[in-house]
Amino acid sequence: MREIEVSKITDVVEKLCIDANEHLPEDVKCAIKDCRACEDGEIAKGILDNIIENFEIADRECVPICQDTGMACVFLEIGQDVHFVGGDLSDAINEGVRRGYDKGYLRKSVVKDPVRRGNTGDNTPAMIYTEIVPGDSVKITVGPKGFGSENMSAIRMFKPSHGLQGIKDFIIETVETAGPNPCPPMVVGVGIGGTFDKAALLAKKALMRPLDSSNPDPFYADLEKEMLEKINELGIGPQGFGGKTTAIGLNIETLPTHIAGMPCAININCHVTRHKTEVI
Amino acid sequence: MAERKITLPLTEKLAKTLHAGDRVLLTGTIYTSRDAGHKRMCESLAKGEEIPFDPKDATIYYVGPTPAKPGQVIGSAGPTTSGRMDAYAPTMMSVGARGMIGKGARLPEVIDAMKKYSGVYFGAIGGAGALLAKCIKKAELIAFEDLGAEALRKLYVEDMPLVVIIDSEGNNLYEEGRAEYLKEHNK
Repeated sequence: MREIEVSKITDVVEKLCIDANEHLPEDVKCAIKDCRACEDGEIAKGILDNIIENFEIADRECVPICQDTGMACVFLEIGQDVHFVGGDLSDAINEGVRRGYDKGYLRKSVVKDPVRRGNTGDNTPAMIYTEIVPGDSVKITVGPKGFGSENMSAIRMFKPSHGLQGIKDFIIETVETAGPNPCPPMVVGVGIGGTFDKAALLAKKALMRPLDSSNPDPFYADLEKEMLEKINELGIGPQGFGGKTTAIGLNIETLPTHIAGMPCAININCHVTRHKTEVI
Repeated sequence: MAERKITLPLTEKLAKTLHAGDRVLLTGTIYTSRDAGHKRMCESLAKGEEIPFDPKDATIYYVGPTPAKPGQVIGSAGPTTSGRMDAYAPTMMSVGARGMIGKGARLPEVIDAMKKYSGVYFGAIGGAGALLAKCIKKAELIAFEDLGAEALRKLYVEDMPLVVIIDSEGNNLYEEGRAEYLKEHNK
């Protein structure tokens, strides 16, 4: 049994909130630059140049890449031999978010009630996802999620008879409906299988996976490639002004599911697909 | 196509020279507002009260910036999704506000109001908040301080890079840009 002080979790979450909001992951930067090299329209090229200049300014000056510094999605993979001491784990995570959003001059974008609204003033509570895994370490990922893109996400409970074609059509339909709203070029996270809620979680996890990686199952790796190509034939383009680059990446995550169903969730993200990880 | 420099206020005459797809560098005074600020302003207008700025020929930027770091004029300040202001935009145009800066699709009723009042909808690059902040030379909080990031600010911008998405005749770059791309690539 390894004891970990929860104050350590607070420190790491604070740091990751700031880091993730100021520095785009290298795989995302590369994907944007690769798309810029393939783009031929004048407006599309200009937009992608500005997007590249933007993340370079954020890197250099340590300022937020985007003003929507998101809801703090905090993923913890907790080794089963870990024992947290010194306080409540959720409180410690929220304290990390509170400090990170204050010290990093990040925007406080959380309201305390979905219907009655009212800003909480410190960007808490975080959306916390925990998973128990073997071992005695804790892997923490902070993925700030903006809502321009979150709002364009969708979930559908398919009949098994809809098959692969149903999934393919749903992905295209969701991206097309999103159009210019989620600040394209976008990143598309697809979750297939599990239950209603697990499919949505898979879609969110798909957005945390590097864009230069593939699903380990060749069937889904091929589907990722095929759907990214199809999306980029839609012509929506950077910011929706027309062009080749509608999406810079598409990741699929799956789980077994029930004989009667085929849930599919699509979580849309923008070109500012942020996440930073640290292992304690 | 080269970028065209334009200076505010956005008079009817200036508005009519702008066309969907034009790239512009905008200089002048603009006002920030998003969901909660628009709701309050439209409630005031419904009661016959004044709003915190003179709406005549004004341009509103749909943005909720991050807090300014020490030494900064403003934090990162890219556009938010304009569609959430669709419920309020026709009312704002009816009292004279002509320009809107944001990103994303607009409803037909907004486009109808733009044709009626010679409105222009500009797109700023969504997700380029650090870059856009560089164009903002002055920022002053003028109302609704309690709304935090959604408070109403008066900004002075210089050479802000924008694209005309929908012009005063209702031409729409989202439709035309995509159609043109598809035409070129499906030959």
